[in-house]
Amino acid sequence: MTQKSIPAKQPLLDWLRRNVAKLVVAPTFALMIFFVYGFIAWTGYISLTKSKMLPSYSFEGFYQYIRLWKMTPWNVAMENLLIFGGLFILVSIVLGCLLAIALDQRVRAEGVLRTIYLYPMAISFIITGTAWKWILNPGLGIQNTVRSWGWESFSFDWLINSEMAVYTLVIAAVWQSSGFVMALFLAALRGVDSEIIKAAYLDGASLSRIYLVIILPTLRPVFLSCFFILTHLAVKSFDLVVALTGGGPGYSTILPANFMYEMTFRRNQIGLGAASAIMMLATVMAIVIPYLYSELREKKHD
Amino acid sequence: MKKLTHKLAVSTALVSSLILGAVNVQAQPTAEVLHYWTSGGEAKAVKALKEDFEANGGKWLDAPVAGGGGDAQAAVLRSRVLSGNPPAAVQIKGPNIQEWAEAGALGDLTKLGEQEGWDNVLPPLLQDIVKHDGKYVAVPVNIHRVDWIWVNPEALAKVDGEPPRTWDEFNALADKLQAAGIIPLAHGGQPWQDATVFETVALGLGGAEFFNKAFVELDADTLKSDTMIKVFDQMRKMRGYVDADFPGRDWNLATSMVMRGEAAMQIMGDWAKGEFIAAGKEPGKDFLCIPTPSKGGYILNSDSFAMFNVTNDDDKAGQELLARLILGEKFQETFNLYKGSIPARMGVSAEKFDECAVKSMVDLQASSEAGSLVGSVAHEIAASGAVRGAVLDVVTEHFNSNMTSEAAVARLAESIELAE
Amino acid sequence: MTDITALPGGKSPWQSAARFGLYTLLLIFAAYYILPLIVVLSTSMKDLDEIRNGTLLSLPAEINFDAWGYAWNEACIGVSCTGLKPYFWNSVAMTIPAVTISTLLGALTGFSLTKFKFKGANLIFAMILFGCFIPFQVVLLPMAQSLGFLGVANTVPGLVLVHIVYGLPFTVLFFRNYYVNIPDDLIKAATIDGAGFFMIFWRIMLPLSPPIIVVTVIWQFTQIWNDFLFGASFTTGGGQPVTVALNNLVNTTTGVKQYNVDMAAALITAAPTLAVYVLAGRYFVRGLTAGSVKG
Repeated sequence: MTQKSIPAKQPLLDWLRRNVAKLVVAPTFALMIFFVYGFIAWTGYISLTKSKMLPSYSFEGFYQYIRLWKMTPWNVAMENLLIFGGLFILVSIVLGCLLAIALDQRVRAEGVLRTIYLYPMAISFIITGTAWKWILNPGLGIQNTVRSWGWESFSFDWLINSEMAVYTLVIAAVWQSSGFVMALFLAALRGVDSEIIKAAYLDGASLSRIYLVIILPTLRPVFLSCFFILTHLAVKSFDLVVALTGGGPGYSTILPANFMYEMTFRRNQIGLGAASAIMMLATVMAIVIPYLYSELREKKHD
Repeated sequence: MKKLTHKLAVSTALVSSLILGAVNVQAQPTAEVLHYWTSGGEAKAVKALKEDFEANGGKWLDAPVAGGGGDAQAAVLRSRVLSGNPPAAVQIKGPNIQEWAEAGALGDLTKLGEQEGWDNVLPPLLQDIVKHDGKYVAVPVNIHRVDWIWVNPEALAKVDGEPPRTWDEFNALADKLQAAGIIPLAHGGQPWQDATVFETVALGLGGAEFFNKAFVELDADTLKSDTMIKVFDQMRKMRGYVDADFPGRDWNLATSMVMRGEAAMQIMGDWAKGEFIAAGKEPGKDFLCIPTPSKGGYILNSDSFAMFNVTNDDDKAGQELLARLILGEKFQETFNLYKGSIPARMGVSAEKFDECAVKSMVDLQASSEAGSLVGSVAHEIAASGAVRGAVLDVVTEHFNSNMTSEAAVARLAESIELAE
Repeated sequence: MTDITALPGGKSPWQSAARFGLYTLLLIFAAYYILPLIVVLSTSMKDLDEIRNGTLLSLPAEINFDAWGYAWNEACIGVSCTGLKPYFWNSVAMTIPAVTISTLLGALTGFSLTKFKFKGANLIFAMILFGCFIPFQVVLLPMAQSLGFLGVANTVPGLVLVHIVYGLPFTVLFFRNYYVNIPDDLIKAATIDGAGFFMIFWRIMLPLSPPIIVVTVIWQFTQIWNDFLFGASFTTGGGQPVTVALNNLVNTTTGVKQYNVDMAAALITAAPTLAVYVLAGRYFVRGLTAGSVKG
């Protein structure tokens, strides 16, 4: 508390005054407790029941989890999440960072380029998926166009190839988010003191060295923000799968969110759906909590 | 912003009319209808129902949920039931009706059914679907036949082909078509489409007894039998007859490939006929309908509307009016003419129906008597959502990979066991 | 601003080559980003014959907005042929209150968490932040029950509530990280002058906040406007937001698939967020520069 204590005339008013900050936080916190943690707890409990069509509350133990890990589609979904999530976050950050550095070289028409890079973020996954579905469709899009230019043997059929289709998700998702990452990095680069760079340059350091050794380390907080936002988007990519591949070919491109949705709503297996949701959360937590912990602990040293 | 003020004005008017309406004793039949008929002939068919409903003084609240043959609808239905505010009538089918009824979510139409004599006009197989514990909880709209091949006669003529009567003939014809540069089989890329082809093959190669033993009784030995291996072998052949770009394609786009002559055949239920008709094509001339090879078999699919528990009188009146109209002869005729299916109730004149529908009616009767009538797995008549899903998973994985038939049957048995 | 050309050394041939490489890189990626928009835009202006006969990437023969008018006023969604118009206004009625309230709550919470560091403030922040990562599919069923309990199921206010709740972790994150860099001395001085919590917030914090308000509003507006899952799961019929109506429209066909109408409808749906990004994009980067992302 940084507030100066005020002589108490009315105890209630005084209490209010002292605790106003906590009271202001309270509604948000209460909403989170109920709508995030309460719902997680509810889902956790349902995952331990044999709920089918509608939730039922009789305890059955870990039956659903055992069943879950025996199912091939679930294992495919988890594998896809690792491939998709990992590549999506990595490529978006690398590309976003690279574009930000490039745009920061006092280029012409920066405003136009920046808008072009950034606009995909404004568009919903449903539209992104539909547009890319056309472009990546061998019979309609790029492959067809390049062939019509005369390169008959050109082939780009990832969308319809079970092995490669998951990478089309990465292409579309990176397309959507990397511009946003670029904006975050660009903003941070604008805040870097140019005197330091000039000094390093005069000392004979090469440009790539200046970036790698001097500038990028100062951007650490930006990497963190990007990581958070991209993880959030990766977990949310349900819509993209629905619109772009529909989970196919076969079920080769489903993500855990799609699996969970299918089980819960389509196959009347609410208990199994809940178990898969908890596994999804556990995966996210395993990544996020150490990060959150190290970040917020560090804050105290500021 | 003008629209917003307009909206406000409308809602104020609504509230005041509600208050005034409370004085009015006569209930206005109101039905919120949750459905996924948004494509082609289906959209026209549901429009016919709406107009009929409104002509009888009802108020129709349309709640379409497009996409994926009900995939999207399933979520919104669940959320509405859990929030204690279910729509009056919902398009669901097969074992789902039983499951919702067991959960206590459905109303009871038995009284109306007695008045209208539904027991006498509905075929027993459909009664089993829409009754729970002897009570009517849903009304059937139509009967679809799943095991059809839709053929472009011009494409067939190009190779001097004959409609196939066995799967060997089918393969021979497909090879000839392929050699002539015509795509033998138009196919789309969703798991249920793969399963649609799969079940026609299973019925054709195994017969009705095998079909029911595998997918209704879920007998592990049948699931792993040599016949099932042969079914998957044929599926591997079918994969070769499909063009490379099929993943992600919608079924109606595959249908238009047949219309344009790009492809010669499509295996699909008779909702595909609605697409042909909507495009102005004539059965017997511009396209042919041939049952898929099987010994007099028939795979049945039926759409129905389940009536959910509603409390207020308007909604109840709405449900009853809707149910009465749906099973009325007039609606059964107009609706099914649009939809490509045949009437769910007996005694509707076959006069206006085309040759495909008439053939469907005749074959339905014959297969019902011969015991070769089965419910569709791909379309959720024979199997519950979980079992159907397990079958779909394996069929689509096999179809879209290099999996061997032996591995597929093992996976099928395992997957079904896990689903139960 | 880092700038190679501003550095000593002048314009050597090596530098010209580097500039050339730089522009090539920027333009290649510009093509990658702009391609889908061009495809969608040009398709929306073609007529059906042109779509059928041409390739996807060819430009329309003439500029023609018929499909746009049709998508807005006449296209069929299920059995009612009203176009996207009514659903578009539903989205407006949903987005404006949801964005306003979640932004305001986020600002107040961020302010409390940074300038009145009570015990456990960091833990509370972390707990709120965790809400960013909850997959929304998980909350559908309990949320449906809760909305029913609150009597706002299948209504626009219900959707507003949902969006406020799941937008809060982000708004709190943005404001908290922005306010953390504002010197505490400002607040101390004001407190000594006897100003209360809301007075300080109103007089000192808000005037300093426009950059981060821009960032938050853009983010929230985009997320809420573009939501499909909640809209599709919690509303039916006339109360649906425009993204759900778009999906219904694209899947409603009467015979021939009208790709041009589908694409025009997609662009109409995306128009408000696109406008926000294009018009406010500059402030967006500026707002981020002002410190919001410094974790």
